[in-house]
Amino acid sequence: MKSSKGRALAVVASAAIAALVFAGCAPAADNGNGVNCDDYSQYKGHEGTEVEIYTTIIDPEAGLFKESFADFEECTGITINWNGTQEFEAQIPVRVEGGTAPDLAIFPQPGLLAKFAGKGLVEASAEVTASVDANYSADWKNYGTVDGAFYAAPLGANVKSFVWYAPKVFADNGYTVPTTWDELITLSDKIAADGKVQPWCVGFGSGEATGWVGTDWMEDIMLRTASAETYDAWVTHKIAFNDPAVAAAIAQAGSIIKNPKYVGDVKSIATTTFQAGGAGVVDGSCAMHRQASFLGGILKEDNGAVIVEPTDVATENGISVFYFPGASADNKPALGGGEFVGAFSDRPEVQAVQLYLTTPEWNNKKAKLGGWFSANKGLDEANVADPVNKVAVQILKNATTFRFDGSDVMPAAVGAGSFWKEMTAWVAEGKSDKAVLDAIEKSWPKK
Amino acid sequence: MNSAFYAAVKTPWDTIGPNLLQLVLALVAFAAIVYLVFLVASRASVKTQDWLKYLVFLVPASLLLLVGLVYPTIRTMIMAFMDADSELFIGVDNFVWAFTIPEILIVLRNTAIWVLLVPILATALGLAVAYLTDRMKRAAVVTSLIFMPMAISFVGAGVIWKFVYDYQPNKFKADIGLLSAISEALGFTPPNWLLEAPVNTLLLIVVMIWIQTGFAMVVLAAAMKNVPDEIVEAAMLDGAKPWARFIRITMPMIRSTIVVVLTTTMIGTLKVFDIVRTMTGGNFQTNVIANEMYSQSFRAMDYGHGSALAIILFLGCLPIIAYNIRQLRLERTER
Repeated sequence: MKSSKGRALAVVASAAIAALVFAGCAPAADNGNGVNCDDYSQYKGHEGTEVEIYTTIIDPEAGLFKESFADFEECTGITINWNGTQEFEAQIPVRVEGGTAPDLAIFPQPGLLAKFAGKGLVEASAEVTASVDANYSADWKNYGTVDGAFYAAPLGANVKSFVWYAPKVFADNGYTVPTTWDELITLSDKIAADGKVQPWCVGFGSGEATGWVGTDWMEDIMLRTASAETYDAWVTHKIAFNDPAVAAAIAQAGSIIKNPKYVGDVKSIATTTFQAGGAGVVDGSCAMHRQASFLGGILKEDNGAVIVEPTDVATENGISVFYFPGASADNKPALGGGEFVGAFSDRPEVQAVQLYLTTPEWNNKKAKLGGWFSANKGLDEANVADPVNKVAVQILKNATTFRFDGSDVMPAAVGAGSFWKEMTAWVAEGKSDKAVLDAIEKSWPKK
Repeated sequence: MNSAFYAAVKTPWDTIGPNLLQLVLALVAFAAIVYLVFLVASRASVKTQDWLKYLVFLVPASLLLLVGLVYPTIRTMIMAFMDADSELFIGVDNFVWAFTIPEILIVLRNTAIWVLLVPILATALGLAVAYLTDRMKRAAVVTSLIFMPMAISFVGAGVIWKFVYDYQPNKFKADIGLLSAISEALGFTPPNWLLEAPVNTLLLIVVMIWIQTGFAMVVLAAAMKNVPDEIVEAAMLDGAKPWARFIRITMPMIRSTIVVVLTTTMIGTLKVFDIVRTMTGGNFQTNVIANEMYSQSFRAMDYGHGSALAIILFLGCLPIIAYNIRQLRLERTER
């Protein structure tokens, strides 16, 4: 009896050990962590390989990315090495020329990507291309395409075409969210006539980068007053910077920004920081502020704002966003930005990772972790918790066109130089529309 | 399982440890090299020792100078005559640009205003404070208060003074600017200080003077301490009034120190960058050469324009440095 009991124990024990030991390699569909590895069957066959992702995205965001890959790594056996550095822009040419190019690189803007097309960057595989065709709009695919060859798949997105406002203030005063440009102007006039708050707060101030807010206004309006093709021609200097189409856009921007009835002291826009401008919406000193989605985080931190759904009209300090309207309700262009994943290697495991990042499965998984969204058509709004990001996803889905922040695509001498400076002078020194555009046109690099 | 978990948690020592090890290794390697050099030197003959002496002390210093100063200077000079990407020679186009574009002419004009006003005002103020506190009781309180801004970085000073000049355009909000408060108390409507050219450049210059006065004061006060009491007393016995004593005795006796203070401040002012960048970003017609040089080179990525401005700045500094060296030589021969 005694011995058989002992033997039984030993059998149980060894079985338990075996179970523990083999759990990792068991071909079971469920690996015990609640992950169904069947979802990852198409990426299998690359066990023990490593893929490096080189990027500007660092902690804390990087942690969320790693978390979103965990199941993929566990099921496929591919190890993803996340290599985030803020020196990305300076280091990527060094690494590519030095022969130590990363497997995948996340480019923060298409201009940089284009420099490596045919110089180390590998064209996307047929599967990646098919997945991008299925899950993203043509505009997005276009930004990953250089000279007709598709290289890089879109990753995250951000949207700039927002107007921040306080739903409670709007409800208390009987203001309604405008859906066309004319409604926006009518509303601005009404708020100005009521005299309770200033209709708009505009702040161009941003330290050494003062003026970029002005370039965003210009770009957003350019997308509304001109066609997407004209916008592209403007950004790439196929039309002159002082072209009549551009002049129309700056004039329309001026109808708000340079109207003292709307913004108070026009000159002071240049010395008001964009954060201080946004703060006006929270403390009730102004009604509207046009700014990208990231402003929410700043106002939450610094001004005690609460980001609410547009329908929430009760919360004190509650702020939300509406879409910066186009000429008509069905003219809905979106201005924004995003990242693109390009491969410097055609190893199958690299392509597997690149493909996985384009799938609705991964995009939903990543969005669920919070603070992030993409232009993936398969992204379920329900997985985007933040009310502002939710509006952003809607804007991206409904957008008739999507265009990148133009100043990021223009040569640095303009996009991070004269365009900033001249927009600042436009408000600070009362420089005329024509003088501003002429000066920027003159500063465009000759070749 | 557990060990793997713990390994994943990073402690500060994971970063500090390897760095500390590298530091120790570097120090050991340095000591070894020094020891080796001395070992070789002690074994050499007296005649070779003479040569070795120069070699050991001069070669590392000249190498570092070559790499860190001479080479960049020459390269900048070459790049000043090349295009934005430093690929094609374009002659003097960059200099033509610098002297014809209205924006850059304003930059040059502002730099000239800075270089004239800051050294003269800072030295004059420093001189006045130094003289007034020379034989004062508890002068330390006054001098340390005036010297304190020296300890603040230019960026820090810029941020502080930005609050002083703050302007609130929104009538629904409280004004926090000190200067606005003062002018309102005096019955003026305050303008947006940093926006109004040319007043804004003068307001930025005030910041630099605020910092530099302490330096001028300390150096000049030390020089005044060296003026022999006998001379001052003799002058007093002869009936010289305080003003006459200051002009006829103190000033001539500390003349060389004044020149050094003036020229050092002048060179420092030519390089001024941080104050402008922090307070206005070079907007509103307050830009100066050093800031524009940076913007052109590293913002607009136009190395040609940036280098040309660097050369203009360099040429501006040269006469001052030459004058300074000449003065030092003269002083040496006098002694």
